[in-house]
Amino acid sequence: MGRTISFSEAINEALAETMRRDKNVILMGEDVAGGAAVDHLQDEEAWGGVMGVTQGLVQEFGRDRILDTPIAEAGYVGAAVSAAATGMRPVAELMFNDFIGSCLDEVMNQGAKLRYMFGGKAKVPLTIRTMHGAGFRAAAQHSQSLYGMFTAIPGLKTVVPSTPAEAKGLLIAAIEDDDLVVFFEDKTLYNMKGEVPEGYYTTDLGKADIKREGSDVTIVAIGKQVHTALEAAEQLAAKGVQAEIVDPRSLSPLDEDTILASVDKTNHLIVVDEATPRCNVATDIAAMVADKGFDSLDAPIKRITAPHSPVPFSPVLEDLYLPSADTIVRTAMELTGEDTAMTT
Amino acid sequence: MEASNTRTQTMDSHQAMWMYQKMSEIRYFEDTVHETFSKGVLPGFVHLYAGEEAVAVGVCAHLNDKDSITSTHRGHGHCIAKGCDLNGMMAEIYGKETGLCNGKGGSMHIADISKGMLGANGIVGGGFPLATGAGLTAKLQNTGGVAVCFFGDGANNHGTFHEGINMAAIWNLPVVFVAENNGYAEATPFSYASSCENIADRAASYGIPGEIVDGKDAMAVYEAAARAIKRARNGEGPSLIECKTYRNYGHFEGDAQKYKGSEEREEHLKDKDAILQFRQYMLEHNLSNEEGLNKLDEQVKASIQAAVEFAESSDYPDAGSLITDVYVDYTNTGRES
Ligand SMILES: Cc1ncc(C[n+]2csc(CCOP(=O)(O)OP(=O)(O)O)c2C)c(N)n1
Ligand SMILES: [Mg+2]
Repeated sequence: MGRTISFSEAINEALAETMRRDKNVILMGEDVAGGAAVDHLQDEEAWGGVMGVTQGLVQEFGRDRILDTPIAEAGYVGAAVSAAATGMRPVAELMFNDFIGSCLDEVMNQGAKLRYMFGGKAKVPLTIRTMHGAGFRAAAQHSQSLYGMFTAIPGLKTVVPSTPAEAKGLLIAAIEDDDLVVFFEDKTLYNMKGEVPEGYYTTDLGKADIKREGSDVTIVAIGKQVHTALEAAEQLAAKGVQAEIVDPRSLSPLDEDTILASVDKTNHLIVVDEATPRCNVATDIAAMVADKGFDSLDAPIKRITAPHSPVPFSPVLEDLYLPSADTIVRTAMELTGEDTAMTT
Repeated sequence: MEASNTRTQTMDSHQAMWMYQKMSEIRYFEDTVHETFSKGVLPGFVHLYAGEEAVAVGVCAHLNDKDSITSTHRGHGHCIAKGCDLNGMMAEIYGKETGLCNGKGGSMHIADISKGMLGANGIVGGGFPLATGAGLTAKLQNTGGVAVCFFGDGANNHGTFHEGINMAAIWNLPVVFVAENNGYAEATPFSYASSCENIADRAASYGIPGEIVDGKDAMAVYEAAARAIKRARNGEGPSLIECKTYRNYGHFEGDAQKYKGSEEREEHLKDKDAILQFRQYMLEHNLSNEEGLNKLDEQVKASIQAAVEFAESSDYPDAGSLITDVYVDYTNTGRES
């Protein structure tokens, strides 16, 4: 057994590893160090981010490189875009992806487009780390999963890790990447533990991972939903249905080949995405497979998503909001025709 | 600019008792939420207003239901001062069906439009343009109402501060921008994050009055608010009041607050306490007596206790409500149901 650390510690390590190697890597965001210019505060007492993910970095790298910003997302994300275009390799933390409303222009019209508009003569090696995901009782403005919105924008890449080891490797790869990458961290995964290699390594962007092999149905799941799908796969196995779980890991670029090859093997596809259903990534993947893999399919493609509503606060409603293993199991049984007694 | 302490408003006993009651309701409400949260009973994040009571109450003392306020993530105090129902508030924080937002909003989104409370807000800086819009309605519909935007020192660095205030100024809208400068935005000091010494200094660049008051002194807030609100009601346009205050608890529950100095914490919890100071003022000015205030405190405690019982005994929303309220529902009548 290798070393086990949490998802949040894995992210912290990825930042530290890249910052050690390249002095142009800096981290900017609200309270990423915490307590800026408070004389009595010891660095080890500093917040290190609202969830403690970046704790300890200020001790090693100092406040010039772990840069607390005012609450001015348009200001610091825009500055990060331009710092990247002029020679730095910044990581900007957008505390919650919901706050993109405060800085979408900087991401969509500046960061993502510079290179193309300038005829390939600019690059924007910026990584935006941001929290997403429901299930934290954080209500409508702190719980969304907005990776679909970003995936729609050409010129930037989107990454949604589901395990600690991949979070580390993918984040290092994102920081090393010369394009703008938006890196989504599910706040409910931060405490999840897993085996994580020591030291520096990268996990390729644009390469899906098969989290479980199976022959009867392909379940493509995003982020935390990979774990819901794995739970469903266990239940399905007990019923004689073998699910193959595909984790795209990066949504843009999307590893179409791995998804298509899996569907070609299982002839059935379910996509699980906790984002709202209209114009989301599940829909995008379903359309891609309908277009390029139609002949592999024995049944319609099924999408399991949140409802078309904001995220509710009340815990009972929020639990209903998220995709569940039960829904996945039921859908897979229907799809594979294994469940004749099924009523919906 | 100096904190003004000229007494221009007179306070009658009835008004003073109302203010004391609201401040006391806020304090007990927040202390109760703090305790309940620490037992793990409450879901989500809560940001407590204890310590800043004089600001919400000193301002809202001049408002009626036609007037609107916008609030922040630290919104419980604004709700109480604007007359929101304590039971409905507590139930909302518990995520219950009987909550002011039927359990859909939670602590960070409590609202009661019928009271002119346009919602706590999860987005820092969200309130500036919203208040400007409410001011626009008041002006165009000639309601006589004003809009008040409560915002934090952290929010004053957000771009919406500039956009919202500038528009209110060019259109001469009845809006009062009330800064709650409690010294910190999360763990970041105001002095680090802002290029100005005072938020009120920024008012000059919009050509509107900017006044600094001691936000722990309910009378000082009350008087400054009286001037600004009168001005707004008279069609003379927006103004900005900066209240220097302090939050008694952490940014959110679970914050160890190491960034705060121990002396400042101590003095704000004791000598500078807003409620103790106002109590003293009332006694000195014969606006009440010890017995009357103690009795009021007991009544307030009982009402907060009742709110907890109400929340605990209420049901959670039914599953069906997950997808209602996304759009106006015209299915039955052809009009909003
Ligand atoms: C646009 C946006 N950015 C960041 C946050 C995260 N956040 C919530 S409260 C807060 C600090 C706000 O400080 P301040 O305005 O001083 O209000 P206080 O908490 O002191 O009342 C931050 C950074 C947010 N909710 N919205
Ligand atoms: Mg503050």
